[in-house]
Amino acid sequence: MDAPQTGEGAHIGKSVVIKGELSGSEDLYVDGNVEGKIELRNHSLTVGPNGNVKADVTAKAVVIQGKLAGTVNATERVDLRKSAVVNGDVTTQRIAIEEGAFLKGKVEVQKEAGKAGVASS
Amino acid sequence: MATVSDNVMKFFRSSSHPAADSAVPQKLSRRSSGMGEISRLLNSQEGLCILDMGATSASNIRFFTGKGHKNYSEDLLRSSLDPALRSQDGAGNSVVDSKKFLQENLVYPNAQFDIVLCWNLPDYLEESLVKPTIDRLWSMMKPGGYLLAFFHTREAGPDSTCYRYHVTDKDMLEMQEVKFALPGHPASEKQSPRLQRVFNNRHIENLFRDFSSIKFFLTRDAIREVLVVR
Repeated sequence: MDAPQTGEGAHIGKSVVIKGELSGSEDLYVDGNVEGKIELRNHSLTVGPNGNVKADVTAKAVVIQGKLAGTVNATERVDLRKSAVVNGDVTTQRIAIEEGAFLKGKVEVQKEAGKAGVASS
Repeated sequence: MATVSDNVMKFFRSSSHPAADSAVPQKLSRRSSGMGEISRLLNSQEGLCILDMGATSASNIRFFTGKGHKNYSEDLLRSSLDPALRSQDGAGNSVVDSKKFLQENLVYPNAQFDIVLCWNLPDYLEESLVKPTIDRLWSMMKPGGYLLAFFHTREAGPDSTCYRYHVTDKDMLEMQEVKFALPGHPASEKQSPRLQRVFNNRHIENLFRDFSSIKFFLTRDAIREVLVVR
């Protein structure tokens, strides 16, 4: 999910600043500033190119195009695009990292039952 | 079957865009004896903690996590270029403040890492940071842990290309040229960092004098590989 689809999921625009705890049962696209905690157990989080997230994140899938500082725990996959700047530890089953993405922190790939975790570019 | 005119056109298509060809980052491969030794450790144990001090590499993360290990990435050369870390020494020279640098980087508990991949970092890191960084690495490594570093030989000139390294097989590395927007230059002008110095073998032994053993691997490309055991 690169950009929010009309009518699908929630969208935090680039002029929005949120401090606190965000939780939900739909996909979330953040292009603004969020500080605190984001919990989307069975849904995905996308941090847009203008997004600046300082939060511990739990989601099914996380796509990062902007900045994120905090731990990322994704039950399915993490996708770091070329403009991503991530400071924090990432735990997931699969991770894809584009050339140019910056990551300072730990990557721990947890194996799915019966499958091996994969990181790719 | 290709006609003569097709072949002539192919020739012109392949030779008429030198700028486009040179814009593609060149990747070279090299065999690494040091990486070969580290791979033996990676294959014989599980759940090792590995610190990769090069630029974020999907290839390295795939290689290490695919074997069930934990990969930590910290691009120390890029971090050292932060203008906020610079201060003036007693003689008025602009230097990177090593105390501030180590407050913001390499912040891990003692004896955490089994393997540290320094790559060519010591050759490109500013002088004031080299020894404090190696001392910090010593404290972060487990006794018996491995550290791999590459040092240029005297044949390398100051304009030697700075590479980052991607692990592609147990003893094979892919080398990719590093280019940054260096301090004092516009962000659009990316340049390869300059080699800061060439260590001789005695300097290298002094640098790692607190470690328990050091092994040199000579190579054909003006690089010495050094495998150090904590």
